[in-house]
Amino acid sequence: MIDNLLILLLVGGFVGAAAGYLGSFMVLKRMSLVGDALSHVALPGMAIAIALQKSPILGAFIALTIAIVGIWFLEKKSTLYPETLVGIFFTTSLALGVLITPEPDLLEALFGNIEKITMIEGLLAIFLSVIMIITIKKISNKLILGIISEELAKSTGINISKINFIYLFLVGLVVALGVKFVGTLLMGALVIIPAASAKNISKTITNYYFFSILFGITSAVIGVLIASFYHFSSGPIVVLTSIFFFIITFLTKKLL
Amino acid sequence: MEDILLKVTNLKVKYGQNSILNNVSFDVKEDETLAIIGPNGAGKTVLFRALLGLIPYEGKIEWKAGLKIGYVPQKLFIEPDLPLTTQEFFNLKEKNKKEVENVLLLVGFKKDSTDKNHIINQILKRKIGVLSGGELQRVLIAWALLGHPDILLFDEPTTGIDISTEETIYGLLHKLQEKEKLTIMLISHELQVVYNYATNVICLNKEKVCIGPPREVLDKESLAKIFGGHVGIYLHDHHEL
Repeated sequence: MIDNLLILLLVGGFVGAAAGYLGSFMVLKRMSLVGDALSHVALPGMAIAIALQKSPILGAFIALTIAIVGIWFLEKKSTLYPETLVGIFFTTSLALGVLITPEPDLLEALFGNIEKITMIEGLLAIFLSVIMIITIKKISNKLILGIISEELAKSTGINISKINFIYLFLVGLVVALGVKFVGTLLMGALVIIPAASAKNISKTITNYYFFSILFGITSAVIGVLIASFYHFSSGPIVVLTSIFFFIITFLTKKLL
Repeated sequence: MEDILLKVTNLKVKYGQNSILNNVSFDVKEDETLAIIGPNGAGKTVLFRALLGLIPYEGKIEWKAGLKIGYVPQKLFIEPDLPLTTQEFFNLKEKNKKEVENVLLLVGFKKDSTDKNHIINQILKRKIGVLSGGELQRVLIAWALLGHPDILLFDEPTTGIDISTEETIYGLLHKLQEKEKLTIMLISHELQVVYNYATNVICLNKEKVCIGPPREVLDKESLAKIFGGHVGIYLHDHHEL
């Protein structure tokens, strides 16, 4: 377990940055609710991992990988987004997860507790966040083009299906990393809200990415600070901090 | 032998039980302008979508290897909120500012003009989602022309959009044909346009009804077969559709 606040802040900052950056595409893709629902899938995975005495992050990641392959497949096969199916599938996994997660671990799995992160998990989270940010930067142009128009993207030879898969895989990964400190119920929020705030005040895509990442980092860092200072559970505080930025940017947009 | 850029053999597209395209075969040769005409619901846009590999189909679509395709969609709904400037939209495909400026000049934007909406720098600074219909249409054509495509697939814009006061979209296409030596595939409702600009025409009504140079194949009989009955209207008042 990490008792050094500075390292905790570093872990939170990196995961927040990756979540904000990834979220910027999810908001434009109009997949916000999918991101949110996706985070619920982590719960049964974590429960099974805890039962097998493995790392909950690993369990979450495996469960999420299965889920994103499912979403990717549905997105590819259907012209209409099968929202209802996704909704049913995810609430099922949440219900199952709550049932099979041992009672003492449940609250932590649902709302996160960053202080329970081990040093190895922390370093891994930082490392993977950096990898994710680099990867997403590489595919960002293709992703945006695919969001504007699949036809245009295809006409320039972009393999949309591959790009979407890489993207969803990264979302699964960031959610798995984030569940430990904001919890499965709230990780979706850390992906969506910083980007939604950034969209309120950005006119160019460069600014939009920048503010998504910035709000991701600041929400995580300020949230973790407040949570550790007052001994709150980290998840709700991080999310409330990001909501605070959303309200500020929303009002700024209205006033401008 | 002329260079064949695209060969389509027995193309079939179905949505569930409904057959949208049936047994369509044709070739596209280098430097030709091939117009695709037919009534609403004849499968013209579906044909383009199949050519781009966006929808499942039966039959064969063979592009010449390494061919660069430029595609101009019929319409594109971009939410005004999208945080993306026109400059950034071009940068998704090409970072070189000079190249972007060149294609914008080609489609009729100016370096300076009395109307600021026609000035390249003004257009590039604005969000892509707030451009007018005509501006967006020209931007999309410019975007398709970036990177010097070998063939341009052009889905007709909604009739009624004039790209600027002095120029129609077809006049522009004609200019591009001459300047850039482009092979063009064009979907059009307007027979007048087809007569004026196309070297060959495919008449489509789920099946290929005719193919050949417009003045040879667009006789009363085949037109009646495509559009059904009252043909004269389309020739005399080509804004009707």
